[in-house]
Amino acid sequence: MIDKYKWWEKVGIYFAVACFLIFVLAPFAEALMVSLRPIEAVFRAPYRFFTPDMTFQAYIDMWTNVPGLARYIANSFFISCAVTLLALACIIPAAYSVSRFDYMCRDTILMAFLAVNMIGAAVLIVPLYKIMLLLGLLNTYWAMIIPGAAFTVPTGIFLMRSYFLRIPKELEEAAYVDGASRLYTLWRVILPVAAPGIMVVSITVFITAYAQQFLFALTFNSVDAYHPLPMGLYQFFGREQVVYNELMAASLMGILPVLILYVFLQKYIVAGLTAGAVKE
Amino acid sequence: MTRRFDAFPYLLLLPAALLTLTIVAWPLFETFRLSFTDASLRSTEEYVGFANYVEIFEDDFWEVIQRTFVWMSLSVVFKMIMGVIGAVLLNAALPGRTLFRVLIMPPWIVPVAIGVFMWSWMYNGQFGMISGVAQKIGLLSGPFEFLAYKQSAFIATVVTDVWVGTPLVSLYLLAAMQSIPKEQYEAAWVDGASRFYRFRRITLPLLAPAIFTMGLLSAIWTFNSFDIIWILTEGGPRGATTTMIIDTYKTAISRFRFGEGSARAVMILICMTAFAAVNLALMARRGRKTGAGK
Repeated sequence: MIDKYKWWEKVGIYFAVACFLIFVLAPFAEALMVSLRPIEAVFRAPYRFFTPDMTFQAYIDMWTNVPGLARYIANSFFISCAVTLLALACIIPAAYSVSRFDYMCRDTILMAFLAVNMIGAAVLIVPLYKIMLLLGLLNTYWAMIIPGAAFTVPTGIFLMRSYFLRIPKELEEAAYVDGASRLYTLWRVILPVAAPGIMVVSITVFITAYAQQFLFALTFNSVDAYHPLPMGLYQFFGREQVVYNELMAASLMGILPVLILYVFLQKYIVAGLTAGAVKE
Repeated sequence: MTRRFDAFPYLLLLPAALLTLTIVAWPLFETFRLSFTDASLRSTEEYVGFANYVEIFEDDFWEVIQRTFVWMSLSVVFKMIMGVIGAVLLNAALPGRTLFRVLIMPPWIVPVAIGVFMWSWMYNGQFGMISGVAQKIGLLSGPFEFLAYKQSAFIATVVTDVWVGTPLVSLYLLAAMQSIPKEQYEAAWVDGASRFYRFRRITLPLLAPAIFTMGLLSAIWTFNSFDIIWILTEGGPRGATTTMIIDTYKTAISRFRFGEGSARAVMILICMTAFAAVNLALMARRGRKTGAGK
């Protein structure tokens, strides 16, 4: 009964939801409309949301006019997957260590990882550039993968730790009694139980890596064939005459895979996002 | 019981520590060191003392700092307002809220750069949606190029930043809101408190710590925000959207002045640390006060 709404409250709430969604979704709607127009209709005033001459032509032409498009999308996926794997290889053992063992400086180490979150990659761009130069990694995939992973590790450790803390200690003790080694226990006993947590962490890292490839690609990579999608499209964006309908079509094409992924995995994504909000 | 030194937990930390040390800790140290040199693309560098710092403050650096804080504050305040509104709406027990939750997330899911491509078209003066709709309903009398003027470009970059940040803040605050015990609301409801009164007297006070935590985190991220401004305006027009991050990037990477760029980066770190310290102190004091009041 407490959840009963009067009719005017309902109207008000739905109206507010509509306004909110217009703000959130307007750019997507507009991008879709632009991608469906021939280029003459894109540059036509006065503004109209619907125009009669809608066509899918831009979705066909973009593959020839943006020759690397398929490659960029594949690169984006490849880089994000590599970031996720590298990050997980760091996050899982570290999170297990800080959640299960009691040792000197543990909390200090944990705080140090947390402090990394305060530092944006752009602040460290000069020495990072020099390190990449020194290691000969400029203009390789590694220059986008390694820093990408490094900046997702701290959040990942905290997220993963909260899942490890929920697994009862008795589980490991039982394994030790049976004579299992500690590494074996982690691998065969703990990881399977922590699988949902690992899923949440992987997806969170993947989405973050997919969303934030721009800076590293802009700074460390100038080889067109290695560019992730945002950087690949950015090159077209900077031109005198931007072919907006194809740019928007390519943008939508590039975000479609993550949007589909999101619709199916949204439960995990939301869990990853909000883990910090509820105290354990 | 004597405890023998056990290397196992440290070994588990090794991969993460190695990665963080090379990519974050070492560069951090290098930034400080380079800020006292004249490093550039040349292979040699010389120690120049505080010359870089003196130089940047002879520039319009105070203005950049001020602008950064104004930009950040505007953006964070609006993200929090939108976040609270979003969380309240998401929390309403009406049909369709699952759909609403799905639809609210895309700005955060898609690559920031691509969201910004879309916005740059929205801001187009002649053919873009915002200018077009504003003309139709009579808010604008003619085409208006949002990114071409100092103030409108500043606001435009803030709006896009709010757009990117709102979903995360909304969901975070929703989760915090749902952890408030239901009994509190029921007790107030029995006493005849209106929905708005319950929101003001129960939800907001109990949500305050979460809003504050999220605000601080959000401020730090916003401080470091690079993609949005770079793609929309590259810090222009005439420097109107040049925040400290953009300023550092331009000096260091676009003009290859590594030494001076590092000095600017160090200033970012100092400003951010000071900002976080002040806020954490405020939070601690507030915590003590409410603790004593009980």
